[in-house]
Amino acid sequence: MNIKATLLGAAATGLALSGAAAAQTGERGRDGELRIIYWQAPSIMNPFLSGGTKDVEAASLVLEPLARYDASGEIVPWLVEEVPTVENGGISEDLTQITWNITPGLTWSDGTPFTSADVAFTYEYCTDPEGGCAQVTKFEGVESVETPDDLTVVVNFAQPTPFPYGPFVAVESPILQAAQFEDCVGAAAPSCTEENYNPIGTGPFVVTEFRPNDVITFEANENFRTEGQPAFQTVTFKGGGDATAAGRAVMETGEFDYAWNLQLAPEVIAQMEAGGLGTAVAGFGPLVERIMLNNTNPDPSLGPDERSVVRPHPFLSIPEVYQAMSMAIDRPLLVEIGYGQAGRVTCNWVPAPEIYASTSMTCDEQDMEGAKALLDGADIVDRDGDGVRETPEGVPLSILYQTSTNAVRQDFQALIKEWWEELGLEVELRNVDSSVFFGGDPGSPDTFQKFYADVEMYANTFNGTDPQSYLGNGLCDEAPTPATQWQGENIARFCMEEYDALHAELLQTAETEERARIARELNDMIVQNGGMIPLVHRGRLSAHANDLGGVDLNVWDSELWNVAEWHRTGE
Amino acid sequence: MLTYTIRRIGIAIPTLILIALTIFLLLELAPGDPMAQVPLTVPAEVKQQMRLALGLGEPLPLRFWKWSVQVFWIEPQVFVDWLTRDSWLLGWLPDTNLYDGRLRVISWQTRGPVFDIIVQRLPQTLWVVGLAYVVGVLIAIPIGIISAYRQYSWFDNAGTFVSMIGFSVPPFFSGVLVIVIFSVQLGWFPSIYDTTHRVTDWDSFVLQFKQMIMPVMVLALQTTAQISRYMRASMLDNFGQDYVRTARAKGLRERSVVLVHVLRNSMIPVVTVVALGVPAIFGGAIITEQVFKVNGIGQLFITALQANDLPMVLTVAFIFAVLIIVFNLIADLLYGILDPRIRYD
Amino acid sequence: MTDAAGPKPGLAAAGAVTPAEVEPIPLDEPTGSQWRDVWRQFRSHRGAMAGLMVFGVILLAVLIGPWLWPYDPTETDIRARNTRWIFACLALPWGEVGSCFLDPASSGLKASWTHPFGTDQLGRDLLARLMGGGRVSMAVGVAAMALALVLGTAVGVAAGYFRRVDGLLMRFTDLFLALPLLPLLLVAVLLFRDQLNAALGPEYGIFVLIVFGIGITSWMPTARIVRGDVLALKEREFILAARAVGTRDGGMIARHVLPNVLSPIMVSATLGIATAIITESALSFLGLGFPPDFPTWGRLLFDGVDYLQSYPERVVWPGLAISLTVLAVNYIGDGLRDALDPRLRGR
Repeated sequence: MNIKATLLGAAATGLALSGAAAAQTGERGRDGELRIIYWQAPSIMNPFLSGGTKDVEAASLVLEPLARYDASGEIVPWLVEEVPTVENGGISEDLTQITWNITPGLTWSDGTPFTSADVAFTYEYCTDPEGGCAQVTKFEGVESVETPDDLTVVVNFAQPTPFPYGPFVAVESPILQAAQFEDCVGAAAPSCTEENYNPIGTGPFVVTEFRPNDVITFEANENFRTEGQPAFQTVTFKGGGDATAAGRAVMETGEFDYAWNLQLAPEVIAQMEAGGLGTAVAGFGPLVERIMLNNTNPDPSLGPDERSVVRPHPFLSIPEVYQAMSMAIDRPLLVEIGYGQAGRVTCNWVPAPEIYASTSMTCDEQDMEGAKALLDGADIVDRDGDGVRETPEGVPLSILYQTSTNAVRQDFQALIKEWWEELGLEVELRNVDSSVFFGGDPGSPDTFQKFYADVEMYANTFNGTDPQSYLGNGLCDEAPTPATQWQGENIARFCMEEYDALHAELLQTAETEERARIARELNDMIVQNGGMIPLVHRGRLSAHANDLGGVDLNVWDSELWNVAEWHRTGE
Repeated sequence: MLTYTIRRIGIAIPTLILIALTIFLLLELAPGDPMAQVPLTVPAEVKQQMRLALGLGEPLPLRFWKWSVQVFWIEPQVFVDWLTRDSWLLGWLPDTNLYDGRLRVISWQTRGPVFDIIVQRLPQTLWVVGLAYVVGVLIAIPIGIISAYRQYSWFDNAGTFVSMIGFSVPPFFSGVLVIVIFSVQLGWFPSIYDTTHRVTDWDSFVLQFKQMIMPVMVLALQTTAQISRYMRASMLDNFGQDYVRTARAKGLRERSVVLVHVLRNSMIPVVTVVALGVPAIFGGAIITEQVFKVNGIGQLFITALQANDLPMVLTVAFIFAVLIIVFNLIADLLYGILDPRIRYD
Repeated sequence: MTDAAGPKPGLAAAGAVTPAEVEPIPLDEPTGSQWRDVWRQFRSHRGAMAGLMVFGVILLAVLIGPWLWPYDPTETDIRARNTRWIFACLALPWGEVGSCFLDPASSGLKASWTHPFGTDQLGRDLLARLMGGGRVSMAVGVAAMALALVLGTAVGVAAGYFRRVDGLLMRFTDLFLALPLLPLLLVAVLLFRDQLNAALGPEYGIFVLIVFGIGITSWMPTARIVRGDVLALKEREFILAARAVGTRDGGMIARHVLPNVLSPIMVSATLGIATAIITESALSFLGLGFPPDFPTWGRLLFDGVDYLQSYPERVVWPGLAISLTVLAVNYIGDGLRDALDPRLRGR
């Protein structure tokens, strides 16, 4: 017990120490082995062929973009001298061209020089129509990529682009080596196993062995640009298992140094931290757990093609109903039960970055009486004595509430069901295997796109710091329908002319403050008009060993973004 | 017996094709999407393009045909090439170079050849699951014999109790329990299996032993429970038979009555269960592998299933079917050896 | 075939026994007293009686318990969440144990007599959940086991007894052995859920689906084992003798074959219940089982594993419930087997 108490003290000092980590110096590879565990195992090292976070982050040890987001969400230069802006002339006045100047003297891990040709090749690789590139949206609107000389890359956009930091920025859009991937463009992409498993990069580590869905071993890149980095000679990147085991391996048994994305109940995390070997750290991106409200009528009797097309919903279209439903929810309790330090109460669809987060709504208190009064006031009362309220037209407020299978979501369902039933609604719960729920199989009635339910709960987010295309998920023509083969991101099928008009205005605006104002207004519009009920602003919770220094949890980019600076603190 | 064997092997081929087709159609019919694990930030149109790049746009019969060609024609070529190039058995033969670079069975999830990944997973699966099975059977048979011979003795009762508890506690609980006790509290064994570990000397052998002991024991408990129950029941049936009385009356030693006559005649259900279990070794132990992070074929199969990685699932399930058919055939032949009165032709 | 084919004297000796001696059940003396005999034999089996009693107690608890206990298994009470069970008092220093049992709140322990078994992370009463979950688990376990047993025995006996269908049935068994359970259930859910929900309501609909799913994917080992035994049995002398006196196939199977393959069937039954209960938990974990707020033993156990260290009672109780049920069924099976074996009867 005594030892545990001392170790616990050490954990507290470990936290304070991470700030002072800059002092570390020494020769490359001095700290031996770094052991990382991701409970979802990486299956491929090429982020363009898999959108999965686990794969993209594993690849980030090797492959790097021109510029990336730091832990505070700022864009920082990575393989270039500075981030181009309109002020420094890197972005043309008409917002259609961005020019990147590559840092001279950079080399790939095989010793060959890193040039603008590699950058241009990456663009061609990802935009080949037969390649099935997962990150092709990063290159949306790009007309051409030019390479005037070996160190200059010019990206031309078809239209004025106020936020041109899509291509070659952030973990999803790293640079591939042209020499290695030359023969892997288009239809040949999947058969390039050797290349996809062992990509050559500019990053601090080089793959020595890749075992798909199991373990990856890395070695320090001898040609890495910074002297004395990385501090670790080898990295063992284990995958598989479950979040509990990963947390235990870092915080209780000390077998691993870093565990990713520990979605666990707060008590479990607290109990693991008491093991004294590791610390949990949280960071907040724009991820929001929300309840989507169906704006169409999901009545099974309408048939598969009418269902979820015919508007409006028989009772969720009444403002008092969704307002009351939102008021009846005790969000602080949901945070406490489901996410602990990795969650915050939110009433917003876009809760981060700071400037885009609206402050016009509050929802951090449950108001059951107010909610009941609201429904009574709208003449939505129990007319036939069965304990369920009916609309003035006699439609009972009977809700099918679906979500994916996941322990925390099922707890939320149970609680919210109870609150809504207290309010006078009838609630039926359904959970769907997440590979079906989030899969786009048009043959399945249970996908979240089809939304054959009244409300559904899941979380969504956007990459980077600009919410423009994310806000586009509220546009009328983005609604998934049978006519579009259920493609489209407007899951609630929210539709409002004013919203579409305001979003069009956002596309034309370049000035940051003004963009933020419009974004906040769009956010309020969708929340207040029955698009969704935001519940919890979710963070990322990871854990690192107490003697691992330099960890700076980054939710905007790869969690391993600064792995070159990680080191042993000698505690 | 020989004609029977040949006939069975003959029937096995259409059976296997039928099984492959059934599994293929089942997977096609099941809801689910290889893009389900791609984050929601990737738009639906892009996902559709990725699906087309995987070949999902082609009609069903064509896709089944392609898979069949890859498994039955191209993969054997790769195998023969490997045999004559790198294997110690036939490596002295001239290189065959049959494989001409055509597309092998490629996993959707990893974009790597399915067979290479299976080969990669075999060592840990055989070490952990296979060893557990051997240990389990070796413990189970004596326990079953003694339990039956001394029915309702304290040994029998204790054996029954332990094996039933062992069988009714699922590995997702017993596995975590032993991890908490032996890894977290006592710190004796690692909680995470290192698949890259290689045994080269005594120390690395000790480490291998340490990391194997918990999963092997958890799995062996299940096997022991199951097989010892069948062994005991079958022995009990035979002890009541008249030939036992006759054998004893003839003055045979008790030892040979039990271990030769009764045991031999009691083996039929046990052989069946063991034969059903051997393909399951290849199939791995889904939950136990997950708990101890052994990442063998069980974990491969379940992750592929969750990711709707159709070529991987289909191929693993197909190999599994081949093994089932082979071992059931072996069991049927063993019946004839154990009890010569059983005839098939 | 000849007896001389048996290489061992024991086997040859067995061949010398006259069929009439081995005849398990007298040919023409119908049943009344026979079942009384069976029951008498069963009662004298102490393990079986103990098993029957434990099984009865569990059955009563899950059937009647929810009527008597004031809490609903799905009712949450946030203020009372994460309550320890009352025997957590025993972990306190000796002097405080007594006062803790009298007034748990005063000892600083979050435990109370209102929730003697404690509550979960949402404040749902664990005892209520155990009893509610037991209904489902026992129903699923028994029903799925029964389905698998009937299917397995039927296929096994048919394949072993009738040579004509052996090949076909066994290839069919191979097919089912090779089918992965998960996609099979996904397909079943996709195809039949809506129809069953419409016909039986969501809870019974999913119950039928789960029982069917587990049953249909777990009969194969039983079938293969029974077949193996029947193949051997078929060549035994008493069967040949019975056939010689003109017993028809139906009578032969019912009177001579089935009683003699009862042992492996009983073992399959006991193991089958455990497998069904655990498989059900795996299914609810994957979202294919009962609605999420619906407790079952397997699910309680699964959910409790994460809290193994801080709240061991959450895994101990459901684990114990499953083990006890399986043990009880096992002993009942043992007793039944002994009671039905005419050679042991009256021993």
